[in-house]
Amino acid sequence: MNGLDGPDNPLPRRRRRLDRVMMTSMTLLTVLGVFWVVWILLTTLERGFEAFSPDLFLKDTPPPGVAGGGLRNAFVGSLELLAVALAIGTPVGLLAGTWLGEFARRHPMAGAVVRFLNDILLSAPSIVIGLFAYTLLVAPLKHFSALAGGVALALIMIPVVVRTTDEMLRLVPDALREAAVALGIPYWRMVVHISWKAASRGILTGILLALARLSGETAPLLFTALNSPYFSTALDKPIASLPVVIFQFAMSPYPDWQKLAWAGAFVAMVFILALGLLARWLQARGTSST
Amino acid sequence: MSVTTQTMNASQQGPATLAPRRRDTGDKRFARLTGGFALIVAATLFAILVALVLESWPVWRTFGPRFLWDSSWDAVAGRFGALPFIYGTLVSSAIALVLATPVSFAIAVFLSELSPRWLRQPLATTIELLAGIPSIVYGMWGLLVFAPWFARFEPVLSATLGQIPGIGTLFRGPPLGIGLLTAGVVLAVMILPFISSIMRDVFLLTPAALKESAYALGATRWEVVRRVVLPYTRSAVIGGIFLGLGRALGETMAVTFIIGNTNEIPPSLLLPGASIASVIANEFTEAVTELHRASLLALGLVLFLITFVVLALAKLLLLRLDGLAKGKPA
Amino acid sequence: MSDTVLLPTERPDPPAAAEPAPPAVLRVRGLDFWYGGYKALKNIHLDIPQRRITAFIGPSGCGKSTLLRTFNRIYELYPEQRATGEILFHGRNLLDPQIDVAAIRARIGMVFQKPTPFPMTIYENIAFGVRMYEKLDKAEMEARVEWALRKTALWDEVKDKLQQSGLGLSGGQQQRLCIARAIAVKPEVILLDEPTSALDPISTAKVEELVAELKEEYTVAIVTHNMQQAARLSDYTAFMYLGELVEFGETDQIFVQPRHKQTEDYITGRFG
Repeated sequence: MNGLDGPDNPLPRRRRRLDRVMMTSMTLLTVLGVFWVVWILLTTLERGFEAFSPDLFLKDTPPPGVAGGGLRNAFVGSLELLAVALAIGTPVGLLAGTWLGEFARRHPMAGAVVRFLNDILLSAPSIVIGLFAYTLLVAPLKHFSALAGGVALALIMIPVVVRTTDEMLRLVPDALREAAVALGIPYWRMVVHISWKAASRGILTGILLALARLSGETAPLLFTALNSPYFSTALDKPIASLPVVIFQFAMSPYPDWQKLAWAGAFVAMVFILALGLLARWLQARGTSST
Repeated sequence: MSVTTQTMNASQQGPATLAPRRRDTGDKRFARLTGGFALIVAATLFAILVALVLESWPVWRTFGPRFLWDSSWDAVAGRFGALPFIYGTLVSSAIALVLATPVSFAIAVFLSELSPRWLRQPLATTIELLAGIPSIVYGMWGLLVFAPWFARFEPVLSATLGQIPGIGTLFRGPPLGIGLLTAGVVLAVMILPFISSIMRDVFLLTPAALKESAYALGATRWEVVRRVVLPYTRSAVIGGIFLGLGRALGETMAVTFIIGNTNEIPPSLLLPGASIASVIANEFTEAVTELHRASLLALGLVLFLITFVVLALAKLLLLRLDGLAKGKPA
Repeated sequence: MSDTVLLPTERPDPPAAAEPAPPAVLRVRGLDFWYGGYKALKNIHLDIPQRRITAFIGPSGCGKSTLLRTFNRIYELYPEQRATGEILFHGRNLLDPQIDVAAIRARIGMVFQKPTPFPMTIYENIAFGVRMYEKLDKAEMEARVEWALRKTALWDEVKDKLQQSGLGLSGGQQQRLCIARAIAVKPEVILLDEPTSALDPISTAKVEELVAELKEEYTVAIVTHNMQQAARLSDYTAFMYLGELVEFGETDQIFVQPRHKQTEDYITGRFG
């Protein structure tokens, strides 16, 4: 014994025991938490992979009781809804975020209020957003439509883009703004050519993450885009989408439909994880090169 | 072009160019354009509120505030009360929070203090990616995989927790697999990656010097977490939990699959119930009478207001995070 | 330290005092400046002579950078900052809100402490500013870019990578790119705000050499922390302390025979 193994005094020994107990339970709880999440991930990948076939992309959703079929109309519908959301959400979010990041410092109170409201909107329940889109576009026009679904998704996307744009613009050093303005460049051109450019990678990352979130959103589509058993690209008609079809098929008692639901969940998950990884990669590249 | 002619060009610009020009109207227009969109975004929240109030007006006119605590929901008889759904929403979210908070805390502690260095980044990235898995996958897994498994486990619950006097009835019931408890568990798994990512980010903001000085005094890892990290980040940690709560309250898909969709207050957690989001998802497109539809919109309004309060609290608690980042203790 | 004070006498040029005083380009009259409620400049009077280098020295926080930042009204980016008084340029008060700030900035260029290349190619970094004021065709623009890069002795180093990002250059090259960007617009006055404080000694020497050449055609105002730099480079020196202009005169006189005790204390290193 060299005395470094701890004195015989019981107090440090008790403290060390408590430490060991707490740290062991933290590790065990972590394993427990990771276990559940991995369980979900593996089940979906396994069952989805089993049900996977090229028909998924070539055939439309089958009627109940009919074997085979695919999810072509749902994939196309989802892509169309995402495109509408992107077309509305990106410009609106970008411009509103630009006001926060570039002009709000002249109006600090207004800026704080807009940021607060945007953050609330960011986490608002998506089903409420769906109800809002319904009252906005479905009830007055008296029919469900792909457009209403796209708008509902855009409403979910906008706050994400606003927030990333704001945050990324605030990371652009003022020295860069001063250098541009010192050349006599009007402020708005400085924003467009310098600030946006310097922040572009971060903003793009935000848009990708928003897209990843949108591609799994189901609740806001239930009573806007509704669903459709047919192949359709019309903006003014109900349209199938992957999440809603998964919902319908997974809740059904037919094994064929459940199988298609797993396959759809598999594709959605791979798509979302790929978008997430792409965004992360962009982010990492951005921080290492500048 | 030679250097001399260029210099001459420059000196030919007379002082007259200093005269006022229309150039900064572009700036004003751009500020107004972006400001207009910022206003639209800010106004959206109020527009949602106004739309829901207007559309649910028949409900408030017919039932008044009684709608909030009436527990009958009968579309045929035209009687609507929100209580079963408010109960289902609050109880399932409470279960989720009780289960998810300690585990999220453990994951955050593990990631920031315990994990071997090589595991830290991959694990953190995995958890963040998992936070992006759509809730419909959680719901589907809950219905098709977890519920059948849980049904076998439920008699054990009835035999143990169910025997405790008082709260025992909450854990007694037929082993259906679906119900409020199942919904709470699946919600817990869903918000787990979300809360632990926030907590970890917050923990990492504790200045290294602060932790090092505690270690230098001979503090154990648990003591550093308990006495340094947690006090330093307390309000942000609570803010993160509230954000998770906001998510659980408003979640539709993970709940609708497994809560059972019964429009009454179940006496036991093992029995089926319904949440605000699940009943809207199930009945909205099938609501034929104006009052039924308005009642669902009124439920949406209630959900919106509940989550607004929770999220506003979360936001206020997390505001201190900015202070943390600048080195001020919360 | 006393050796460096003698440095100006080693300059090859005869002392500027032998010539008649050059006309002033910028005349500062009764200039006050506020950061919110804090008064950072107090009643400044000063003439900045044409085609000479004027250096601003003084301890940190004395207001020398603030003064420089009033000359092109760059401070207006920050709503809580304001200036009152007069800065006369060709007979017009630059602080007059009626004046087009873009026109001021076209004729009074600025280079900052840290190099600030824009996130675009080297070529675009220079062409970007020029396009704000002149419509040049492709050949003219190429000539202008080359001219600016040659002026800053950067041409040989970057001529093969004009289409690469300006962010890929070394710190010293980036700073010379920023100077090239400023002169490409053809200003009369160039403001330099501690242009070498973020650079290594070799890059500093190159930038100093370049600044010394600039006074052939431009009026230069330079803020510096480095007294040797002020002594070596400038014709005139202004010493500022706590927001006031304590002493202004020919560099030789300021460094050899300062009139004020505070100036002497500062340049001999007794405070600051």
